[in-house]
Amino acid sequence: MRMIRTTLAAGLGLVAGVALWEGYKAVGDPQGTEILGVRLLPRASDAAMPHVLDILERFGRAELTGGDPIWTVVLAACLFTLRNVAVGFAAGGLVGLLLAVLMQRFRLAERGLLPYVILSQTVPLIALAPVIAGWGGRLQLGAYPWQPWMSVSVIAAYLAFFPVAVGALRGLQSPAPIAEELMRSYAAGWWRTLWKLRLPASTPYLFPALRLAGASAVVGAVVGEISTGTRGGIGRLIIEYSREATSDPAKVYTAMIGAALLGLAVAGVVALAELLLTRRTVVTS
Amino acid sequence: MRLRSMMAVLLAAGVALTGCGTADQAAAPTASGGLTPVKLQLQWFVQAQFGGFLAAVDQGFYREQGLDVTILEGGVDIVPQTVLAQGQADYAVAWVPKALASREQGAGITQVAQVFQKSGTYQVSFASSGIASPADLRGKKVGNWGFGNEFELFAAMTKAGLDPGRDVTLVQQQFDMQALLSGDIDAAQAMSYNEYAQLLEAVNPATGKLYQPSDFTVLDWNTVGTAMLQDAIWANSDKLADPTYQDTTVKFLAGTLKGWAFCRDNASTCRDIVVAKGSKLGAGHQLWQMNEVNKLIWPSASSAGLIDEAAWKATVDLARTTKNQDGQTVLTKQPEGEAFTNDFVRKALDSLTAAGTDVKGAGFAPATVTLSEGGA
Repeated sequence: MRMIRTTLAAGLGLVAGVALWEGYKAVGDPQGTEILGVRLLPRASDAAMPHVLDILERFGRAELTGGDPIWTVVLAACLFTLRNVAVGFAAGGLVGLLLAVLMQRFRLAERGLLPYVILSQTVPLIALAPVIAGWGGRLQLGAYPWQPWMSVSVIAAYLAFFPVAVGALRGLQSPAPIAEELMRSYAAGWWRTLWKLRLPASTPYLFPALRLAGASAVVGAVVGEISTGTRGGIGRLIIEYSREATSDPAKVYTAMIGAALLGLAVAGVVALAELLLTRRTVVTS
Repeated sequence: MRLRSMMAVLLAAGVALTGCGTADQAAAPTASGGLTPVKLQLQWFVQAQFGGFLAAVDQGFYREQGLDVTILEGGVDIVPQTVLAQGQADYAVAWVPKALASREQGAGITQVAQVFQKSGTYQVSFASSGIASPADLRGKKVGNWGFGNEFELFAAMTKAGLDPGRDVTLVQQQFDMQALLSGDIDAAQAMSYNEYAQLLEAVNPATGKLYQPSDFTVLDWNTVGTAMLQDAIWANSDKLADPTYQDTTVKFLAGTLKGWAFCRDNASTCRDIVVAKGSKLGAGHQLWQMNEVNKLIWPSASSAGLIDEAAWKATVDLARTTKNQDGQTVLTKQPEGEAFTNDFVRKALDSLTAAGTDVKGAGFAPATVTLSEGGA
């Protein structure tokens, strides 16, 4: 029942979005609306906002004359980026979790590290990306030389670790003192308390943080691909297609829709994991 | 129980990730069959602008020289001369003023060849706006890309007696030409081989046909006299002291120039090579680009690849004297030390001439390329 309702709501949302887009196109000024030289409403012309049908139809046509249909190209690019996102998300999640455990365990670590964790997110990506991209050709992972996609994953991880670190720390600190005292009365050590009490108690904080991390990882991967020009991903496609927006405006929207769907897919996977794990919680406790 | 299952899920995810992380990994190209590995950093994605390099790889011109050349694509935040100076590439393609600016800030690079003898930058406006000379830009909304791509425009405006900061409205331009077509700006910066073609691939809503060259007026900095040198080949200054690297440089330039000569004589084959390398721009657009790029190189009276000292000095002078809207110049002083050298390219040209390659292209005549909608 809940599934049906969710699906219906999602469908309605999509219809509303399309209606809004086409509705604005119908009534909006093709030249946009400006008041005192400040643009308030965007252009409604076909060049700036192609019809939804045109965009969908563009998915079916070949990317280049005689080439593959664009939906296969976008799908392949999304899968490529998904790999970068997954690696970045896993690495970022792990680092975030470890940092949270460290900060929970040692008060000094929390005081010393947390400001830097927050500071890390204020470094602009455009400053960071070339530095990380520059690792290529200099680093070696065992027998493997550093690959360009690894730089992209590092950027994704860099954005993804932050919400996990902050969320998990809050979660690990969430058990009531009485619960901690109970564990102590059982003569449970720090490790056992972490395992039996703190980690399970942290899930209501951890999963929203993971969702945020998933979204951040997608943004990080797409921006990383744009910035480093890594071939194969959806970020690169967006920049390639945007160059053709002059004569083929629908094309860039296909890549943007692909990137949006990628974000949704990642959020969906996290939600599914949450559903599976928290359902188990209800049954066993 | 639940924690164990959580761990199991994480573990499974980890295994799956490492699985796909390494599955499609090819071993990095290394010296094979006694070839010297060489890495070349481009400014941007693979396109006909770099046709000569790609053709030299594809046609085996580098292999003839005993080199195994890997071409590294650029990106939005990739600065080729920095990549070169940091030692992650052996050679880089970069515009002369921008590379000299990096050099002034300490990048150890030396120019060893000049690929484009002319500037490919236009300032394009609708013919109806009546912008026939830089002076006509007064009071107009003038688009530019910034980031060091704007200095020819600023030099032209300054030369025409305009104050770029006061007499025109400067607008930061995007990658596409929508701003010009929709009237947001009166004049847009465009490369002859790329953005200008995009204009001619767009449909004019007034006629239902493609825009025609007659719909636009083009300010060409080569004729205005404020052109600056663009795509050039840079080498690592420190390594140039090493005789092995010197030798590699000569061979690399010989292979490269043979590639450009090939693209001059076989523009459509070269276009196919570029398209096969995975360029996302259409084949028609690439042929236009190949043809326009050829025009920037050929015919070359003094031989392709040579750095023309007069043009180089003119570029440096403009880079030192032209102020952008923030009052900054590209260079603050004359380049120090050996900023460029023709020693290697001369040797490369000698060997090519001896082998019968035409490095002047006196008979070169540009083709007429017909563009189609969307560059297909």
